[in-house]
Amino acid sequence: MSPLQVCLLFSSALFCIGLVGALSRSNAILVLLGIELMLNAANLNFIAFWRYSPAPAVGTGVLFVIFSIAVAAAEAAVGLALVIAIYRHQKNIRLQEANRLKG
Amino acid sequence: MNAALAFIAVLTLASAAVAMALRNLIHSALLLIASWFGLAAFYLWAGAEFVAFAQVLVYVGAISMVVLFAVLLTRRSRQDLAVEPASLGRALSALLVGATVAVVLARAIFATPLAVAPTATPTISVRQLGAQLMGPHAAALLVVGVILTVALLGAVVLAATDRADSKENAP
Amino acid sequence: MSAIAATEPFLERAPQLLRDAATGFLPEPWRWLVNSLIAIGVILAVFGTLFAFLTLAERKILGRVQNRPGPNRTPLPFIKIKFFGLAQPFADGVKSLTKEDIVPRDADQVLHFLAPVVLLAFSIITFAVIPFGRHLVPVELDAGVLYFFAAGAATELAVFMAGWASHNKYSLLAAMRALAQLISYELPLLLAWVPVVLVAGSLSTTEIVTAQAGWKFGFLPHWYVFTPWGFAGFVIFIVAALAESNRSPFDLPEAESELIAGHLTEYSGFKYALFFMAEYFGMIALSGMAITLFLGGWRAPLPFLEWIPSYAWFGAKLIVLLLGFIWIRATFPRLRMDQLTRFAWKFLVPLALINLGNAAFWSLTSHWTGALQLIRWAVSLVLIVGPFVLMGRKLSAGVAPRVYRYAPS
Repeated sequence: MSPLQVCLLFSSALFCIGLVGALSRSNAILVLLGIELMLNAANLNFIAFWRYSPAPAVGTGVLFVIFSIAVAAAEAAVGLALVIAIYRHQKNIRLQEANRLKG
Repeated sequence: MNAALAFIAVLTLASAAVAMALRNLIHSALLLIASWFGLAAFYLWAGAEFVAFAQVLVYVGAISMVVLFAVLLTRRSRQDLAVEPASLGRALSALLVGATVAVVLARAIFATPLAVAPTATPTISVRQLGAQLMGPHAAALLVVGVILTVALLGAVVLAATDRADSKENAP
Repeated sequence: MSAIAATEPFLERAPQLLRDAATGFLPEPWRWLVNSLIAIGVILAVFGTLFAFLTLAERKILGRVQNRPGPNRTPLPFIKIKFFGLAQPFADGVKSLTKEDIVPRDADQVLHFLAPVVLLAFSIITFAVIPFGRHLVPVELDAGVLYFFAAGAATELAVFMAGWASHNKYSLLAAMRALAQLISYELPLLLAWVPVVLVAGSLSTTEIVTAQAGWKFGFLPHWYVFTPWGFAGFVIFIVAALAESNRSPFDLPEAESELIAGHLTEYSGFKYALFFMAEYFGMIALSGMAITLFLGGWRAPLPFLEWIPSYAWFGAKLIVLLLGFIWIRATFPRLRMDQLTRFAWKFLVPLALINLGNAAFWSLTSHWTGALQLIRWAVSLVLIVGPFVLMGRKLSAGVAPRVYRYAPS
């Protein structure tokens, strides 16, 4: 097993942990955190491929991760604002109860 | 070198898995922060110094704060923090989906001929990164700036109370 | 560490010579390891001692400001001479070590234990990138400044952990306050040093110090604090640093009079001492960073003073800044929570952003000479003083000096 394969397996495992978390939990914040984990796993792949690329001086993988981190920050801010808005309407943040279009 | 990688991977995966399984929200969030640290360590191992520090600064410094703040704002008593586990059927189906995806990904990884020889850890200086960002990727940088501004405004609009004055005027 | 030319004065080379004399006989990989360990040990010893006497200095100075003597009863051991209470830090240390360590029954045991450890660990690792002298940089990093602030961002997390784990409503309030304060002041703190990186063209601490070499007209050092944008950045940095290290007037998370010491309420004995130590270490590290970024690092202020070794200058600047922190604590009353956040979001952040534009103008006009140089200074001054006055007026609208109607003025 080459080191790149180890990195890719690492990232797949992280992705699946995030996926299972996002699917199985009912708390909105935990679902959001699961999605963050999946995003992180994708970042990990970019860095792994950059690390073993023939021309690392170009740095495309690193640049992509920088953009990805910026987008993740935006996603977290909006997502948590949504969670707080949901909480204000229904006094809890269980997702299965957030099924009304009119608050 | 590979021992370090294995160590980082095991720690990161363990803390992420335990975080997703725990009942206590605060413990979950703190363990996730630990796994974000693990990812930063991986980036350091891979030679992407700038990304590692940016990861710690953004995830541990900013996102974790917002998450913890949201956890504290959306609870009424201390017992609220212990989230009841999802129904057994849901947990099992989620595990099934996760396992399927894992198997598919692993098979894909082993089936792909990744012609990679072990190389020395590459380095990329902040100066090179900056030149890349300002040169070929300037448009993307502008778009990210717009996204962040829109997200900031959107978050403020979403989280702000609907009638700001009604609470103050209430007796 | 870089190779050192033998032409430099002896005092400048003394730390390296000492170290090489101690570890020179070791083979290469071991030598590196031992050298690193020595660096860690020296940092811990020097700043541990500084911390001990800083607590004493703080208590003495606060006492002087409040017209009381401060600690003066602790005699030196064995000789029983009361010498300005100089043995007070050691008495405090012995006291905190021998006290009972109380953990509340309902506390989150693991987090309650981890909080002070995490806090101290992250406060200490920030020292790694600060250039203490011409050749005294523990770790040279290409993105050193970023490392410093990434490590510093994790400390407020520990304050949250402490507040939440204590299972105490005052501590929980302190935790919420700590989070809000960190989110608010992280931004001005980061924006304050971005202009420096812009002008110096590097994120490495050594190169930022190198960029501040030289003198203008033979006496004005090229420190960034002596430029309009640099001065504004320095002030914003210090204000945000006060907030980040939970110092008065931004010590809301541990406000003694309203939150009975906030996140520290349920801590006793040595864990309490660890919190205290981490607070001072954080303060020292942020001062060191301010010196590196704005005050020319280890450089001498005047050309004819260059014979004094660089680390002495760094130490002198550090002590001046720390005394300034103590002075601020003695002078200003604590802010209210809404004042704190409003000050950050409506004043410091816009001002820091304008300052960034100002620095961009400064670096674009770096080739101007003669009369144009005057225009450059004037425009830069207007660019920062104008917004400061306008926004300051808006911030303090409706606030006037208190009129004492019954007391003689």
